[in-house]
Amino acid sequence: MQLIWDSIVEALRLLFTLDGYVVSVLLLSLRTSTIAVLFGMVLGIPLGSWLGLARFRGRGVVAAFVNTGLALPPVVVGLLVYMLLSRRGPLGFLEWLFTVPAMIIAQTIISMPIIAAITMAAFGSVPREVRTQALGLGASRWQTYLMLMREARVSLVAAVVTGFGAAISEVGAVMIVGGNIATTKSNVTRVMTTAIVQETRQGDFAKAMAFGLVLLFVAFIVMLILTRVQQGARGRWLQS
Amino acid sequence: MERTSVRNHRRGTAWRLRSALLLAAFVLGMAALAAGCGEETATTTSGASTTVSGATMSSVSKSDLLLASTTSTQDSGLFDVLIPAFEAAYPQYLVKVTAVGSGEALKLGENKDADVLLVHSPAAEKTFMDDGFGIERKDVMYNDFIIVGPASDPAGMEGMTKATEAFAKLAEGAALFFSRGDNSGTNAKELAVWKAANIEPSGEWYQETGQGMGETLRVTSEKLGYTLSDRATYLSSKGSLELDIMVEDDPVLYNQYGVIVVAGAKNEQGAKDFLTWITSAEGQDVIGTFGVDTFGEALFIPNAE
Repeated sequence: MQLIWDSIVEALRLLFTLDGYVVSVLLLSLRTSTIAVLFGMVLGIPLGSWLGLARFRGRGVVAAFVNTGLALPPVVVGLLVYMLLSRRGPLGFLEWLFTVPAMIIAQTIISMPIIAAITMAAFGSVPREVRTQALGLGASRWQTYLMLMREARVSLVAAVVTGFGAAISEVGAVMIVGGNIATTKSNVTRVMTTAIVQETRQGDFAKAMAFGLVLLFVAFIVMLILTRVQQGARGRWLQS
Repeated sequence: MERTSVRNHRRGTAWRLRSALLLAAFVLGMAALAAGCGEETATTTSGASTTVSGATMSSVSKSDLLLASTTSTQDSGLFDVLIPAFEAAYPQYLVKVTAVGSGEALKLGENKDADVLLVHSPAAEKTFMDDGFGIERKDVMYNDFIIVGPASDPAGMEGMTKATEAFAKLAEGAALFFSRGDNSGTNAKELAVWKAANIEPSGEWYQETGQGMGETLRVTSEKLGYTLSDRATYLSSKGSLELDIMVEDDPVLYNQYGVIVVAGAKNEQGAKDFLTWITSAEGQDVIGTFGVDTFGEALFIPNAE
């Protein structure tokens, strides 16, 4: 118990004095996950909204694929990205393995299905009457789409936030394609999750706990936003 | 809207039967899973009792022996032959190996989270014994470290025979060098060589992976860099790497492994038995023949007295 308490105290000290090493790892985590989620949104929201609205014969199958992405083991994503980017792989010429781009790619692939699936559910649950009414009143397809996005905006926030949470807390994939590399002065591919593994193994529990506290904090914020979204949604349906 | 009475009827017998069946299937499934997990330990004891009738060991249940060792012994594949051989000689033990760096293994020993250690960090081992954390220590085997790098040799250390010279060339920064950076035995040796060369390595070219030898070799290979590796792990990973040996056979790269019985270990007898076996003729023979078939040379050279 003393060990846990001491680690927390020392961790808070590292965080509040903005220890260089801790801050560089933190910033890299935030950077890679934010960029990954942005890519995830660019890919996932159009896909999810199209699937949520369109009605075509193979829709069920495609939707099932997207939902499978939710259950996709992230470490498998890491394995596949590794094999693609390795020197012996098809994209080896890019020399992206063990660099930040590799981690961003892995995190994008992890967060994209999550964002798409939630977006699909969100767009699918907007009553059809809303859409037909808008079109009937003379709105263009693009205007209708934007309006539907407004209707589903709270769920879209939930989608992005969940995708971010999944990306930033991923360990296996990021360890495999990133390599947890740092120089004595700067950070190359070391993020919070891989740093926790290393620091725990080496017995530096204070540093591990510092990253752990930040990740817990991020998880807390994610849950906060999701709960707000859920309450907001409930409130809206009660009114109607 | 369905009338309430109709809705309630649907929730009658058929629904209840279906739910009961589903629940039963779920419970059975969980039980099967749990039984499957417990099966592993059950069959080892029951197996012994059915095949060996009348022998004293038929009623012996295995005790755990926690061995903390290094990633180099694990990654080279030595444990895949060593552990089964030990367990055949001493069937009362079930060896559980934790492969971490030497530094962390010694820490585990300090905290009594391991019973016996097999590490290669002589200076740290001496401190460990002097501090009283170990009851007994013996030399077991040795191999050597090598400096590996890409065939294109961007740092230009071709032909060098001294590790300190090669490290000095690396410090010029023309190529990347990957350090384990994890307080392992290999890391300790690497830092000792830098010290012997009077260099404090730092800069963009000096990078740390914080991981085991296998992983560090992989990173080094991908990034066309250099690293210090033990010969065993290098040889066993060679197939999937694009690295060549740059410097070898320098006396400073000699790598001695030691076995230590942890003071106050939970399974002290098991630890002592392990030390006895691994330094015995039988154990030394297992070590000395490991790798000869696959690589044409022994990966570790036994040298217990």
